[in-house]
Amino acid sequence: MNVNQSAPPVPPFGQPQPVYAGYHQSSYGGQPGSTAAPTPYGAYNGPVPGYQQTPPPGVSRAPASSGAPPASTAQGPCGQTAYGQFGQGDVQNGPSSGVQMQRLPGSQPFASAPLAPVVSQPAVLQPYGPPPTSAQVTAQLAGMQISGAVAPAPPASGLGYGPPTSLASASGSFPNSGLYGSYPQGQAPPLGQGHPGAQPPQRSVPPQASSFTSPASGGPRMPSMTGPLLPGQSFGGPPVSQPNHVSSPPPQALPPGTQMTGPPGPPPPMHSSQQPGYQLQQNGSFGPARGPQSNYGSPYPGAATFGSQPGPPQPLPPKRLDPDAIPSPIQVIEDDRNNRGSEPFVTGVRGQVPPLVTTNFLVKDQGNASPRYIRCTSYNIPCTSDMAKQAQVPLAAVIKPLARLPPEEASPYVVDHGESGPLRCNRCKAYMCPFMQFVEGGRRFQCCFCSCINDVPPQYFQHLDHTGKRVDAYDRPELSLGSYEFLATVDYCKNNKFPIPPAFIFMIDVSYNAVRSGLVRLLCEELKSLLDFLPREGGAEESAIRVGFVTYNKVLHFYNVKSSLAQPQMMVVSDVGDMFVPLLDGFLVNVSESRAVITSLLDQIPEMFADTRETETVFAPVIQAGMEALKAAECAGKLFLFHTSLPIAEAPGKLKNRDDRKLINTDKEKTLFQPQSGAYQTLAKECVAQGCCVDLFLFPNQYVDVATLSVVPQLTGGSVYKYACFQVENDQERFLSDLRRDVQKVVGFDAVMRVRTSTGIRAVDFFGAFYMSNTTDVELAGLDGDKTVTVEFKHDDRLNEENGALLQCALLYTSCAGQRRLRIHNLALNCCTQLADLYRNCETDTLINYMAKFAYRGVLSSPVKTVRDTLITQCAQILACYRKNCASPSSAGQLILPECMKLLPVYLNCVLKSEVLQPGAEVTTDDRAYVRQLVTSMDVAETNVFFYPRLLPLTKSPIENTTEPPAVRASEERLSNGDIYLLENGLNLFLWVGASVQQGVVQSVFGVSSFSQITSGLSVLPVLDNLLSKKVRGLIDGLRAQRSRYMKLIVVKQEDKLEMLFKHFLVEDKSLSGGASYVDFLCHMHKEIRQLLS
Amino acid sequence: MATYLEFIQQNEERDGVRFSWNVWPSSRLEATRMVVPLACLLTPLKERPDLPPVQYEPVLCSRPTCKAILNPLCQVDYRAKLWACNFCFQRNQFPPAYAGISEVNQPAELMPQFSTIEYVIQRGAPSPLIFLYVVDTCLEDDDLQALKESLQMSLSLLPPDALVGLITFGRMVQVHELSCEGISKSYVFRGTKDLTAKQIQDMLGLTKPAMPMQPVRPAQPQERPSVSTRFLQPIHKIDMNLTDLLGELQRDPWPVPQGKRPLRSTGVALSIAVGLLEGTFPNTGARIMLFTGGPPTQGPGMVVGDELKVPIRSWHDIEKDNARFMKKATKHYEMLANRTAANGHCIDIYACALDQTGLLEMKCCPNLTGGYMVMGDSFNTSLFKQTFQRIFSKDFNGNFRMAFGATLEVKTSRELKVAGAIGPCVSLNVKGPCVSENELGVGGTSQWKICGLDPTTTLGIYFEVVNQVAQPPIPQGGRGAIQFVTHYQHSSTQRRIRVTTVARNWADVQSQLKHIEAAFDQEAAAVLMARLGVFRAESEEGPDVLRWLDRQLIRLCQKFGQYNKEDPMSFRLSDSFSLYPQFMFHLRRSPFLQVFNNSPDESSYYRHHFARQDLTQSLIMIQPILYSYSFHGPPEPVLLDSSSILADRILLMDTFFQIVIYLGETIAQWRKAGYQDMPEYENFKHLLQAPLDDAQEILQARFPMPRYIHTEHGGSQARFLLSKVNPSQTHNNLYAWGQETGAPILTDDVSLQVFMDHLKKLAVSKIMCSC
Repeated sequence: MNVNQSAPPVPPFGQPQPVYAGYHQSSYGGQPGSTAAPTPYGAYNGPVPGYQQTPPPGVSRAPASSGAPPASTAQGPCGQTAYGQFGQGDVQNGPSSGVQMQRLPGSQPFASAPLAPVVSQPAVLQPYGPPPTSAQVTAQLAGMQISGAVAPAPPASGLGYGPPTSLASASGSFPNSGLYGSYPQGQAPPLGQGHPGAQPPQRSVPPQASSFTSPASGGPRMPSMTGPLLPGQSFGGPPVSQPNHVSSPPPQALPPGTQMTGPPGPPPPMHSSQQPGYQLQQNGSFGPARGPQSNYGSPYPGAATFGSQPGPPQPLPPKRLDPDAIPSPIQVIEDDRNNRGSEPFVTGVRGQVPPLVTTNFLVKDQGNASPRYIRCTSYNIPCTSDMAKQAQVPLAAVIKPLARLPPEEASPYVVDHGESGPLRCNRCKAYMCPFMQFVEGGRRFQCCFCSCINDVPPQYFQHLDHTGKRVDAYDRPELSLGSYEFLATVDYCKNNKFPIPPAFIFMIDVSYNAVRSGLVRLLCEELKSLLDFLPREGGAEESAIRVGFVTYNKVLHFYNVKSSLAQPQMMVVSDVGDMFVPLLDGFLVNVSESRAVITSLLDQIPEMFADTRETETVFAPVIQAGMEALKAAECAGKLFLFHTSLPIAEAPGKLKNRDDRKLINTDKEKTLFQPQSGAYQTLAKECVAQGCCVDLFLFPNQYVDVATLSVVPQLTGGSVYKYACFQVENDQERFLSDLRRDVQKVVGFDAVMRVRTSTGIRAVDFFGAFYMSNTTDVELAGLDGDKTVTVEFKHDDRLNEENGALLQCALLYTSCAGQRRLRIHNLALNCCTQLADLYRNCETDTLINYMAKFAYRGVLSSPVKTVRDTLITQCAQILACYRKNCASPSSAGQLILPECMKLLPVYLNCVLKSEVLQPGAEVTTDDRAYVRQLVTSMDVAETNVFFYPRLLPLTKSPIENTTEPPAVRASEERLSNGDIYLLENGLNLFLWVGASVQQGVVQSVFGVSSFSQITSGLSVLPVLDNLLSKKVRGLIDGLRAQRSRYMKLIVVKQEDKLEMLFKHFLVEDKSLSGGASYVDFLCHMHKEIRQLLS
Repeated sequence: MATYLEFIQQNEERDGVRFSWNVWPSSRLEATRMVVPLACLLTPLKERPDLPPVQYEPVLCSRPTCKAILNPLCQVDYRAKLWACNFCFQRNQFPPAYAGISEVNQPAELMPQFSTIEYVIQRGAPSPLIFLYVVDTCLEDDDLQALKESLQMSLSLLPPDALVGLITFGRMVQVHELSCEGISKSYVFRGTKDLTAKQIQDMLGLTKPAMPMQPVRPAQPQERPSVSTRFLQPIHKIDMNLTDLLGELQRDPWPVPQGKRPLRSTGVALSIAVGLLEGTFPNTGARIMLFTGGPPTQGPGMVVGDELKVPIRSWHDIEKDNARFMKKATKHYEMLANRTAANGHCIDIYACALDQTGLLEMKCCPNLTGGYMVMGDSFNTSLFKQTFQRIFSKDFNGNFRMAFGATLEVKTSRELKVAGAIGPCVSLNVKGPCVSENELGVGGTSQWKICGLDPTTTLGIYFEVVNQVAQPPIPQGGRGAIQFVTHYQHSSTQRRIRVTTVARNWADVQSQLKHIEAAFDQEAAAVLMARLGVFRAESEEGPDVLRWLDRQLIRLCQKFGQYNKEDPMSFRLSDSFSLYPQFMFHLRRSPFLQVFNNSPDESSYYRHHFARQDLTQSLIMIQPILYSYSFHGPPEPVLLDSSSILADRILLMDTFFQIVIYLGETIAQWRKAGYQDMPEYENFKHLLQAPLDDAQEILQARFPMPRYIHTEHGGSQARFLLSKVNPSQTHNNLYAWGQETGAPILTDDVSLQVFMDHLKKLAVSKIMCSC
């Protein structure tokens, strides 16, 4: 069928480098042990390996594949056993066999065409074997699906293999989970046992990409569909499968076996589900697994109708798809985790797609920067701009230059080239990196970016070995690693002077609101201890950072805390119109030297202002003051601003309340996101020039105009934290935790980032929290390990496949000890002349990161609706291009998604539904502005979870198992009212309690005897001494630890009014604010694509 | 003659008044021909231990334009209980309280010996004294330390309920809040920005916020004081606090690069001080005390840039119109001074630095408000320390010798009008029937404000006789009367009124010239003329003023000398005029009119004091006193002449600003030889000691404390003496006079003898200068 083709076009890769190769090999060949994880995947891997199997040693060749299928088939039947045997890794077989099987059947039912391609594919694929091109995978996936939920299921449950009692599982997915141990979804089991027979046929279906046929389009099929379906379910698994796309559902629903046996329930739904015109062909990876169990059938009665409506091509936008049949983020994540989480990701090979951000993996730097530093939307760049335009896939890199690394990975080596400074290309100024070619016996080197030939300075000279490599290549980080640092010489410093260690200035609002809410007291108390944990470099005894204190309301109070003073001195500056710093000596002090005075000060601040009546505040002058203080001290630094209210006092930067919900959905909506006055931009510019980074903590009780207040933090690389209606009792922990983290995190100051690229492409656009005074240099007053810059590239010439495309990101910054350094990240990408290569090497998460940032910036200048439409259009174009150029021909009614982008629609829908682009009634203007600026500097992992929250069932897995349970899809129908779920998106954390949760559970988690006694809105779980309580709290702590901001817990009871809030995060559902459900959106997307195609 | 001298002295002791003429010419024309105007030196608060204030209020003339106060010169009809105003002749009823009045039962104010009387006004709440210290922190460490100690010391001298405030400045200006515990709090202002009074008060939080809640709650009486007293606290409350605060004062922390002056924001600091008091205690006695150790170098009121290579303006620069900041700065300080004066506060300047500190520009602050100006080399000198301490000296009642917010009103009988006043005052612009159209000094008004004054503060007040020759002929034996009414805030916080009513006889010049001549007070006249001259010198070129003085002198001599025309040798002056030319000779050479060898600051300093000291001190300033000590007898005053400088004498010269002890050549050699330590020469030791003791006496009494100079023949400091004495012997005439006595002065200045010769020549000649 149309489905699979994507793979074939793939040009022969000299190396299978692309991700797949890499990991396959490693996983199978290299580390058998690790297989455990893979096994489960049988689903995908299955197929892939299928081909590979033969070449387990790493050589993936055509022959193997051919051979494989049979093998697989063989296995198929006795799948389980097979797995067992393989133990080590070759789980794949199972699935692979499936694939073949599927195809056959699949082809039959439908036009023969599909068959052929399918067949061919494998062949083609094999050569690439290693790189399980999207096609393959998808194919497999498809197969899986079809074959049923079965295939996919297993992957998830990897562990579960042993006891795959299909029946049980089939009947009740959740219950099954118990059996399987950690993997709640019962799918796995079905696989194992029973279906052997049934599955294979189904699998055949799976062409690479996930494709959904619309019933309409499927005209011919329709009949078959309908017809077969029903029967299919009953038995015909295989037959049904034929319509690759279409058929898929049935199989899923009931692994034949299961059906048979038992759960009559499922079948019916299945029908319904299947019919829906659009079915994903995607290879089983997603849908199938979960789908079945849950009630999909029932909910979507409509589905049936679709099916029936075959006639008119697109009668009505066929509404209901089987939610289980459409690509599931959970499944993809889970699969990637299992497939790639076990192996270190070795960066030596050009153009490898790294594992997903949701996967835990180690990175070995062998010449390219770790994906923790740079992720690209595509690791294979079109050679020409025409191609790029055609594909519409944005070429962007998400760069996090100072990303924190897990303890197992070493931070970049620091290279000191002494007086002469780092070696650079004379023409383009690129820094020495592993891609530079040494020629003429090592006396010269050719720049890999601009091809300029440069002399090697004598002190740097080294002989080359027979391969043309420098003999000392492995002794020098800059010749062998993707990321490293140079010590900068004085030439790289402001005013040609080595920098003075930076300073932190705490600027505390002491107006009435701040005092009354208890903020001031809390903060002062906390600072006393927090000051011991200022960031320090390496093994330094104490931090080099100096601190200063300012409080303010309508006027500013500076404090002299010089160590020689008996008591602190307060200096009030009322001239807010013309801010200046009243003191020099004694304002910025070393914490340990002035501890007594600082402590005294922090003790007194809450007292001094305890009776304040001042409600008005200023804002811009505060920043101005901090900046001036740093200027006077001639150092860079960071301001921590704790602010409560709209600055309405007479002063520069005075704001008025301009919140107006009536503007929403009008052309003027954009003004809500724009700053009120240009003054803040000007101020920000000055801050950047001084290396003054501003972190803003907001504690508003009402509108504070975040859009304007966040301008300076945004442009200076700072962070904004917002605690609406701050109450010490409720929000203390969250605030303190954020504060601690924010103060302690390592920051680079006064930074300039420059991205250099191979001739042919050029960085043209930048997103993030920074300021740019020209078109190339990203200026960051401060940059911490959480801040990300997204860079978009455009062609300005041709690239060539042989050389690929290189990126070098150089960040010049001042460390927190005051050392001037250059951090270099290099990344080599492949170039392609075939669109399919592009699609096969994409990263959807990164793409979404880019698109979200692009859209969020767009709302500043265009109506939100336009922005939304632009997004949808671009997405449609991307997919349509794929369909047109890469997918094998198929009926127009089929929705075919590239494997790598099959989650694009669901994620995009989440972006479209986010509060910025589609605000609900309860979302305030400030919230939107806040989120908007937050997303601007998020990295890929953050955007991923932010847009598609994680929903974790807590009571499914055995209590003893304290690892994170597998997530479920963010949809209400995935919630069982007998369970407790955690939902998190990086900012919010909910604990949802089903109405009929067992009393025992309630007792052990909440310490109350019944559901009704649980306090709704509770934010702290009682500390109880039982396993479940510990586990739940442990999980919550674990989740919090993963995020850069503390997530305040909110306990939501089913049917409670707070549930509305919670439901907002069930992003696959229709949202109250009018956001489409996943299914609806997919339909819409399909329609768009078809329009484009026609 | 003796009678007149006694009369003058008596009057001075009783009323604090000295007139240039004690018998007044009866017509305008005659008066102008007398050359020296009818004028008086008035010391409004002259100490009168024998005059207890009366505890009731004065009785006023009921005519609205007059309002003169009942005085001994009024005619009283005891039976009708009526009195006639001696100025406007209005008949007034006595108030009810005077019902028991009779010839034998007179109220004090009707008794002749009470021509000066002081009333205590009971109305109104007493307001505390206020002292606002404005302290420069751009000082050397030991200077700052000394200043801090002086300030701390001063706290102990203040009455416990006095309010004090502290402003420090350097590059920034800090207004210290004194009420806070545990943390010292101050408001900081940029030193470069000129702020309006309103802005300053807003920034200090002195303006009452428009409270919307006000209507809800009845006015809070507490609020107002609490706001204003944050910066000004009663000393008994914050004594310790302020002492610590002063103790912790640091040098201005901003780095001063090589070759630069520290940035000193004196202009803004003063402006804030003025604004602060203006907003909190208008029309209440308050003293702003500015302590500065250098010139203002930034912001409004800057006098010199911070580049050390550009020196501060000199007279030379000013003459060449090369003082680029002077005009602007002067304007700034004048504006401040006027505002301060309007609020009844005064500004003192204590400037201690080796170089100039900008007193020229700032002089109007003390000059217009009655504040003190003290100039020294360092805060770490006894000159400053003792002078400062003396400010807080107490009188016999234990009250400070200072008064605040005074207004001086002058009422005259119809034949006279007030032409103006010269002294530490500003005009209140009160026109009235007794205001002359001709101005002498600060004129055009009959009332002046003197924001700060002490018992020695003396004003020169000038009158004009307006009687036309024959109009209403003045009855024989008629008297003209003048009433001085001084409202002021006593340092005990009482409001008081001191009334001085004086009268002098009218005399017809034609017939009674001798009387008039005999009643001439040449000392008062010299000082009054000098004040006029110095007042002119502030606005005119020096040589013009000298010429004017010369002309006046010549005319006076022509008028009152006895001589034969064209015969200089015949020229004689009567006793009552005999010293006058000599005063003028020394005045011409004095630093008040000569700027040579003086910096603009010094000139301002000298003139400041000249314009406020009483007659005795003023005369010392004009013509220093010289005493001679020798074995030949007790110390004796000698001529201020080079011939007095003898080898075997010790000289003690008092110029008011300096006390110079000069050892003659022989004495110096003896001392060097150590004779004073030998028991057999104890008398020599005593001789050496005698002038020291006398000097000490002067030093103790005088404010500001003079510079004490101990020098000897050939010493470099001897110049102070040599520049003052009349150069009767110079290198030019040395041999002509023979070697007999004295020491030659190396100068081209004319000596008194030459001066007198010229004067005689001109006086007897027909050539008259026009004016």
